[in-house]
Parts: sequence; C-alpha cells; structure tokens
Amino acid sequence: MSAAAPVVTGIGIAAPNGLGTARYWTATRAGESGIGPVTRFDAARYPSRLAGEVPGFDAADHLPTRLLPQTDHMTRLALVAAEEALADAAVDPAEPGEPGSGDLDDPGARGVVTASSAGGFEFGQRELEMLWSRGSEHVSAYQSFAWFYAVNTGQISIRHGLKGPGGVLVTDQAGGLDAIAEARRQLRRRSRLIVSGGVDGAICPWGWAAQLTGGRLCTGDDPATAYLPFDERAAGHVPAEGGAILVLEDAAAARSRAAPRVYGEIAGYAAGFDPRPGTGRGPTLRRVIESALRDAAMRPADIGAVFADAAAVPGLDGEETAAIAAVFGERAVPVTAPKTMLGRMYAGAAALDVATALLTIRDGIIPPTINVRPARRHPIDIVLGAPRPAPVRAAAVIARGHGGFNSVLVVRAAGTAPPGPGTEPARGTHHARQAV
Amino acid sequence: MPDRPFELHDLRRILRESAGIDESADLGGETLDTEFDALGIDSVALMETASRISREHGVQLDDEELTTSTTARRLMEMVNERRR
Amino acid sequence: MSRRVAIVGMGVVAPGAIGVKEFWSLLQEGRTATREITLFDPAPFRSRVAAEIDFDPAAHGLSPQEIRRMDRAAQLAVTATREAMAGCGPVLDSLDPARLGVTVGTAVGATMGLDREYRVVSDDGRLSLVDHSYAVPHLYGYFVPSSFATEVAWVCGAEGPVAVVSTGCTSGLDAVGHAAELIREGTADVMIAGATDAPISPITAACFDAIRATTPRNDEPERASRPFDRTRNGFVLGEGAAVFVLADLEWARARGAEVQGEVAGFGQRCNAFHMTGLRPDGAEMSKAIDDAMDEARVDPEEIDYVNAHGSGTKQNDRHETAAFKLSLGEHAYRVPVSSIKSMIGHSLGAIGSLEIAASVLAIRHDVVPPTANLEEPDPECDLDYVPKTARDWRTDTVLTVGSGFGGFQSAMVLTGTDGTR
Repeated sequence: MSAAAPVVTGIGIAAPNGLGTARYWTATRAGESGIGPVTRFDAARYPSRLAGEVPGFDAADHLPTRLLPQTDHMTRLALVAAEEALADAAVDPAEPGEPGSGDLDDPGARGVVTASSAGGFEFGQRELEMLWSRGSEHVSAYQSFAWFYAVNTGQISIRHGLKGPGGVLVTDQAGGLDAIAEARRQLRRRSRLIVSGGVDGAICPWGWAAQLTGGRLCTGDDPATAYLPFDERAAGHVPAEGGAILVLEDAAAARSRAAPRVYGEIAGYAAGFDPRPGTGRGPTLRRVIESALRDAAMRPADIGAVFADAAAVPGLDGEETAAIAAVFGERAVPVTAPKTMLGRMYAGAAALDVATALLTIRDGIIPPTINVRPARRHPIDIVLGAPRPAPVRAAAVIARGHGGFNSVLVVRAAGTAPPGPGTEPARGTHHARQAV
Repeated sequence: MPDRPFELHDLRRILRESAGIDESADLGGETLDTEFDALGIDSVALMETASRISREHGVQLDDEELTTSTTARRLMEMVNERRR
Repeated sequence: MSRRVAIVGMGVVAPGAIGVKEFWSLLQEGRTATREITLFDPAPFRSRVAAEIDFDPAAHGLSPQEIRRMDRAAQLAVTATREAMAGCGPVLDSLDPARLGVTVGTAVGATMGLDREYRVVSDDGRLSLVDHSYAVPHLYGYFVPSSFATEVAWVCGAEGPVAVVSTGCTSGLDAVGHAAELIREGTADVMIAGATDAPISPITAACFDAIRATTPRNDEPERASRPFDRTRNGFVLGEGAAVFVLADLEWARARGAEVQGEVAGFGQRCNAFHMTGLRPDGAEMSKAIDDAMDEARVDPEEIDYVNAHGSGTKQNDRHETAAFKLSLGEHAYRVPVSSIKSMIGHSLGAIGSLEIAASVLAIRHDVVPPTANLEEPDPECDLDYVPKTARDWRTDTVLTVGSGFGGFQSAMVLTGTDGTR
C-alpha cells in the first residue's frame, strides 16, 4: 500500500524448455528450443503439428491425488508454478505471518490475479464428448468449474489460503501483463501480496480446431523453421503451454518480512486497443509503449532490453518493430523473443516474458531469439542466436492479443527508480485516505 | 450393470476416479466408518461419486443422503439396499 | 483530490425485458421470466427451467456479419452497449479515444457457440480428433472470450484499456469495479463496463445437473426461482447483459451529463475454501462488504437497500444472510433485502451487472424490487426480503453483493447523486 513500485519476490515457471525456474533459465540462456511434434494427441491430420509442450510433466509427481480429477492440464501446471513461486519467496500463506509483520497476519491481505485465455479447454473437450456421445449424465461434476476462465485463480487461492482479492483478466496474449498490472493495482489498494501471472495451454484437438480458425498458426514439421518472427519467412506461430506465476509484494511489506530476494520492481504499465480495421486510424502500440515509460518515469534510453510480442505475422511484426524503432530509435535497444524457443502460450506468454526479463536483469544476460534471420525492413537490433551479456537495469515487455489488445510492462532492478513524481501512482483515492 | 453387490473394491475404484482418493489407501477397518469429510472427500467429489455409482449400478441417491458426513460403509449399504 | 465515478448511461438485455424501461417494469411488478427451456430440448436433464430472452439480434440492429461472427453473449453485450451509449448524453463527445476503455465481464464466455460448434467438428462426439475443416471461421472468437471486449470496443471506438474480466459469477460486479478503479486512478475518463452471459446450453445444464445446483422444480417454472424460501432447492439458469457508461464525475458534470448514480465503493475477496462450497459464517463476503463500505465511506446504517446475490440454493442464501448480519449488525434486520434472481434467474457472470442496474433504478425510483416467490421464509433466513411485492422506499445508498464458484465474494456500494457523501 506504499507509493513505491511493487516488487517481485518469487518466480515459478512451467515452460516447454524446462519445468521450474532453474531449468528454464539454463535452457533459455543456452538458446535451447522446447518446440517439437505434438505428443498430447495425434496431430497428423491437422495442418499444424508442432507445439511447445512442458516436458516430462506428470501431475501426480507434483500435486495431491485429490486435485487430479478436478483439474485441467493447464491448471495443474499453474498450481505447480504457483507453489514454486511462493516457495521461492519463502512465503507460506497458510501459516500466520511473523510477529510484527502487521497485515501479513491477515490472509485477506494476500490475493491472486491471473490471466486466462480459453480456460481448461482440454477438460472441456472431454466433457463435451461425454455429453454428446454418451449423454448428459456422463458429464463430470467438476465441469462446473474445471474449464472456466477463473479456475486457476480459484484453485491457487484455495491451495495457499489466499483470501484477498481474486482477479482474472482475459485479453488473449496480452493477459499476462494485464494480470500483473491488476495485481499492482490491488497492492496500491489494500493488499500486501498478490500471486499473479498466467499459465495457459489448449493442446488438444478441439483447441487446435479453434486456434486454426484464428489464422495465425504456422504449418510444417521442422521446429527450426516453424515460428520465425521478424523473418521474411514468418508465417504464423507454434502454440504452446506453460507460463509463469510471480509473487508480487508491496515494497515495504517485502522489506518488513525480510523477503529473501527481490528480483526487481514493476515500474510501469500501459494498455491500449487498436481501432477497428477499416476506420483509418493507426495502431496504438507506439503510444502504449510511451505511456508505460511515462508511468515508470523513465526515458527510452533507460531500457536495456525489449521482450517482443513476436507474432510472426508479417503485418503485426511490422507494426511492432515500427513502434519499437519509433520509441527507442532504430536499432538502439536490444530486442529479443525467447518465445522462438517456446512457442506462444497465450495468457501465459507475457507473464513468462516478465519473469525472463527479471532474470535478465539479475544475471546481465539477454537470452537469444533463435532460428530467425531478420528481414531488413525491421529496423531493430535482435539478439540473435546466442545470449548477449549486457548490464540491463530495466526492460520492457510487449504483449499483443488477438482482436486489438496491446499491453506494455516495464520492470527494473529494485531501488533504481529515477527521482521524480512518476514513481507515485496517479491520483489514488486510497493513498489520500492513508495519509489521513 | 454388474449383477453382484456393490463392494468395497468398487467403491475404492470409484473414489479414486471421482475424488482422487489414493486407491492404495485402506478404506477398510476404521476408515470404513470415517466420515467422507475427514477423508478429504468434499461435496462435489461426492456428487461425482454418486453420478458414477448411478451410471454403473443404476442406483439414484437423494440429495439428503449425499452428505459429506456419510461414511463408506453407509454408502455401500445404501447402494445395496437400492439394488434389491 | 480523488476522482469519483459516475454512472451516466445504462443498457439492459434481460429475460422478459429488453431495455432499461422494460427491465424496471418487470422488477417493479415482480414478474417472473422463468419458463421451460426452449433454447434446446431439455428433456434429458434434471433441471429443465431457465430464464430466457426472446432475442432477435437483427431486430436490435445487428448486421448479418455481426450475427454470424458473435456468440449470443456478445450479441447481448453489444445490444446493451448501444442502449447505454444512446442514453449517456455528451460524455463521449470530444473524448480522446485513448481515454476511453472497455471492461466486459463474463463467466462462461461463448458457451453456446462452443457447444454448438463442438457438435459439428466432432460429429456429435464421435470424433475425438475433431475435424477442423468443419469449424466456422470465427471459432477463435468463441475460444477466447476477449472477443466480447473487442466487439464492445469496436462499437464505442475505445482505444484505451480494454479487457474481459472473468471471475465466475462475480464477473458482473468485478468488471464494473475494475472499470471504476481505472477511472479513479486516472487511466481513463470514460469506461464502457458491464457483463454478459448466455449460458443456456446443454453442457451448462449438464454440469449444473451433475452438482445438483439448479432446481428440479420443473412443473411450475414461473415459481422455480425461490430465493430465501424454505422450499428453495437450487437456482434457475438465466442469461442477459447489462452495460454502463461510467465517467469521471467532474468530466460528466462539466459536460452536463445526467448522473444516474455513483460507484462509491467496491470490495472483492476470495474465500480460499472451496471451488463451489461456502463457509457457513459468510466471513469473506462480509469482508468484501466492509471493504466496499469503507471505500464508499458509508456506515452500515446508511445502507437503504441490499440487493442480494440470493441465488436460491440452500447454501448461498444462508451464507449471505450470515454475511449481512456480520457486516451490518442490527441494521441487517431493518434494511430491505431482495433478490432479482427470483424474477430473471441467475445469468452467471452477467447477473452482477444486471443487479447493479436494478440497484441504480431502485435509487432513481425510490422503489425496492421484490423477491418473487418468497412464500414460506426459511427460518435460517430471517431478514426482510421484501416478499413478492415491490416497496416504495427512500433509497439513496445500495449495497449489492455477489458470490461465485472459485470462492469469489464481491460487494459494491452505489449511491444517488445528491452529493451528501
């Protein structure tokens, strides 16, 4: 509830190139791809046959058996990531807080905000199949919640005793950032700690049919030439599962409980929506990047790395690189897309990019964009092929959702906020009240 | 529909599938009389259990009978009473 | 100087009532819109009643392409949006599109469209490896319900923050609460906010049958939704949408807009207890109510009317009765409490916004809508639930609450515009 930017004190990751933050980060720094042929169903009959699947994930190894009948695959991944994040932050919300930690004793000061795109779609397919092939009495009682968009927030809240606000944002691929921004909003209101981010995935035939109609999936069987943002060969993306869950805390609350580590702070954010095609108005991404920087009270030159949305759709790639170049200058900031190792994980993607940006800041290594030969028309400096050592104090993450959603989030090393009024949240009712 | 009584091994399997109760957990002995609530079987898990029993054994259980204060022994008795 | 959030426009599509005026007549007359399901053949189901809308999208100005592209829930949202915008006066004039945002709540998204299209691509469940060549071109928009926010943004021209909020059955309160916060914090000057759901489909009916949450009172559909009644035995599924134009109060006043009410306070909590179950003591809903009253700076005694969640399940109605007593103390016994779900059913994520609309109308007309079908009060529900008949009642400050799967508990305080706060 203090005016300072909230801090990230815990990270949990489920990604196609590694389950768990340590494995993911080792693989990602090394440019190891997690994209391969779909194994979760027989994709031979579909034009898209590659996916980013979290390897070697057996839910029974990680979760109590009683959670298995009631959870979709993506919820299981989310629960595992949330557990890792809370353990990383050394928070056990089910336990009372340390003496003197004030509101941390109140479980209502801790909440959950996650992003979702299609909910537990694989669970939904199974129950739809039961309904139409066998009859309504065969539909699971758990269908009443296992597929819906709010399921991950609810399950994480229940598992970890988080009784504060619970939020769920659905903005397609932009959702991961919008959820973290909503978490920041809650930390400015009443909360001390919010578990936030997104873990997603719909790697099932029914999800495939739906994603194919979106018109943005690539075809082909070679993981090395499938998902190629900013490349002349760009022809869509590989769908993936996974994402990241973060522990966000009010900076003062994290200090007072002596949180073991602070990865960085959520310095700025903005969201904007592209006008309807055909109205003659231009895209909004440039304005959104500028607004996020203004919200962070930072200049373009303060940003050491940009994590791109990387749609791999030529028009969208062009819009993105034009906006980056307009704000930061041509080839003036390193731009990367670790998604090229992972595929696009919808509501999980941008949350994972935020985690990756924080690890980049921590270790001074920008992970690479793999497989891509950038087209000349993109005036940006892409970190290609190998990781690039660089002291990064702040990074911007761009996320764009199907239908017009644009969000940008700025993270920076803790305690490096530039002086100025921008670090104060704008006109918040609750700060005024706190001062009374 | 099996033409035999509803037995403990039937219930064990159904509870594993519908409530995620570990099949190796001994539902015999004292736990046969432990309330479902205390075994970690909640109301939705019980609905799901009842739905499977209904599909497999043709027995409908009423809302009033389906409380988490029921026990495994009582549930088996109810099912077998209905089957007669 | 903190910003205040005014409601300057409102649009409603509800069972038995399309448009705000019709909606208020239905509520004031205590008419029920529940009936035997016509949207699909309900014969195989345990619960066969619902509150349906006789909705012809073409008659409400949707173009053939819009009708093809949008799930019914999106169609309802767009229709409510158009009504809300038509009535909001000059607040949208000379507004920078970047300062205009959209928040749409929905619990189950494009459930009807997904159910229907699944049948086709799977050939009625025969194909596990579904045949994608049979998919409609806009299936992606059903897959991710953020398409609902896109549709509303296209109607109003928003280029600011646009999102879908999906917190189950509290989505309709949470979407408006979220939008109000964007105005308060200064991110937007005007927000189009509300919620929609059109869940009356076989898959929804089947899953609520499976947990016995919907009523099996099939023989008298008009009396099936019975919140707080001793004989209640589950909720009645509904559908609908309500959308508001919210604006910074000063912005609205400076443009001479008619202010219909204020979003004065909002609170949201998780019960961290169970995906469908509620703690009997109502503690977390009570905390949400306390948060909302605190933010609105109103005392319990100032609440003139409580618009209850009142779903008509055994569990819910006791739970929230307990929560009202915890938060309002003795005043809980004096303040009128009612559930409009008795008339328009439970439209999942949409209902919270429909209940905000009912609350604003109660303030405007100084009339409290009734709880229809309340004939034999449950002894454990011992408050004044305004049975069957609307009541003339001086209403300036309303508390409206919601509760949903996932453990979500939300509360909002709405006030009139006499500036006494």
